[in-house]
Amino acid sequence: MCVLCGVLLNDHWAEQEGGRRGRVFRRRLLNRVLTVYGLRLDDWSGRVWVLRDRKGRAAVVDNLGAVWAEAERLAGRPLDPLDPDLVAALS
Amino acid sequence: MKTPVVLLTGYLGSGKTTLLSRLLAHPEMGETAVIVNELGEAAIDHHLLRRVDERTVVLGNGCVCCTLRGDLADELRDLLSRRDRGEIPAFGRVVVETTGVADPAPILYTLLGDPVVKHHFELERVVTTVDAQHGLRGEESVKQAAVADRLVVTKTDLADPAAVERDLGRLNPAADVLAAVLGELSPAELFGGSERDPRDLDFEDSHAHDGDVHAMCLTFDEPLDWTAFGIWLTMLLQARGGDVLRVKGLLNVGADGPLVINGVQHVVHPPEHLPAWPDDDRRSRIVFIGRGFTREELERSLAAFNGAARGSDSFRV
Repeated sequence: MCVLCGVLLNDHWAEQEGGRRGRVFRRRLLNRVLTVYGLRLDDWSGRVWVLRDRKGRAAVVDNLGAVWAEAERLAGRPLDPLDPDLVAALS
Repeated sequence: MKTPVVLLTGYLGSGKTTLLSRLLAHPEMGETAVIVNELGEAAIDHHLLRRVDERTVVLGNGCVCCTLRGDLADELRDLLSRRDRGEIPAFGRVVVETTGVADPAPILYTLLGDPVVKHHFELERVVTTVDAQHGLRGEESVKQAAVADRLVVTKTDLADPAAVERDLGRLNPAADVLAAVLGELSPAELFGGSERDPRDLDFEDSHAHDGDVHAMCLTFDEPLDWTAFGIWLTMLLQARGGDVLRVKGLLNVGADGPLVINGVQHVVHPPEHLPAWPDDDRRSRIVFIGRGFTREELERSLAAFNGAARGSDSFRV
C-alpha cells in the first residue's frame, strides 16, 4: 500500500518490467491509443494512473488492466484493439 | 520454493476420479495433497484428502472468470500451515480436482491472485480428461479442453479415441494428448517433461469441434516490444476476454532468451523470462484459442501496436 495516498499497489503482469523508464514509455504508448477515443492518461507519482476525458471527468486506476474498463466508461463505448479504425490510426 | 499445483478438470463422467485414484496408488506419485469438490468412491482416503465446499466471493466487476475461489484459497492456506506445524506429511505437490461443470478460470485466478497462495504455490499444469465415447460436450467441456496443458483421453477401451484425439488436436494444438485405458497413466507421463514449444507447432488455423472456437497461431519474425504487447493484450482481454479461452506463446522481446506468456480468459500468468533460446529460431509464436476473431485481425492489430512502439522512443525489458 502506498503510505501517502492509501492506494493498494498492484503487481499487474504487464507492469512488472521496466521500472520507472518502462512506466514512462508505457504511458506514452497508452496515450497513443487513448487519444483516438479522446482520452488522456497521466501518471500520479509513479503509483497509479489518472485517466481524463475532454469534459474534465477523471478516474484513478490502479493498473493497466483497470485502465481499459474505465476508458470504456469514460468513452461511452467499447474499446476494441481489433477495431480497423484504431489499427489504421496506429499504423 | 513454491509447491506445484496441478489442476485436474474434465466434464462430468470423463474419468477424473478414476485417473486420480490410480495415480495416487502409483508408487512414483510421492506425497501429494489432494483437494476435491466431490468425494468419489475411489479409495484415496489414505492420502491427504480434503473436501471443499463451493463458497465463492465475487469481486467488484462480477466477471465470472475473475471470481476468487475463497474456499480453495482457505484450503490451500490450511494445508500450508498444517504442513509447517508438522501435523500432516510434507507434501510436494497439490492436485486440485474440480467438479465436472467447473469453469477452471476462477481456480487459476485464485492461484495467481490470492496474496498468500501465490507466494507459496504455483500452477504446474492443467490436466483435462475427455472421454473417448462422448468427446467434447458443450461450452464448459470445450473451455476445459482449451485451457489444458495436457489432455487425457479416457475410456479408450470402450471407444476408438482417434476422432476425439483429432478434435482435441484442432482445438488445443498446444497441449499434449495422452490416452489412458482404465485410468492407467504413470505420474511421470502426466506430470513430467516440459510443455510444448509453441514454435514447434505446425498446424493450419481451423474450426474446432464446437462451432466457432478456433485455434490460431500468430508468428512474428521481428522482435516484439513487450510494453506494446502488454498494452495490446490487456486491451484485447478487456474487450474480448470471454472469447479468448487461451493464450500461450513464446515471445522474442529482444532479450537474451524468450518470454513465456500464458493466459486463460482474463487471467494471465506473470510472464517468465527464459535465460536463453533453445535453438537458432528466434521467431515469436503465440497460440490463441478463441472465437469471434481471426488470425489476420490479431496479427494486423498487434503489428500496429508494435509499430507504434517502434515509432516512439522504444524501451526494452
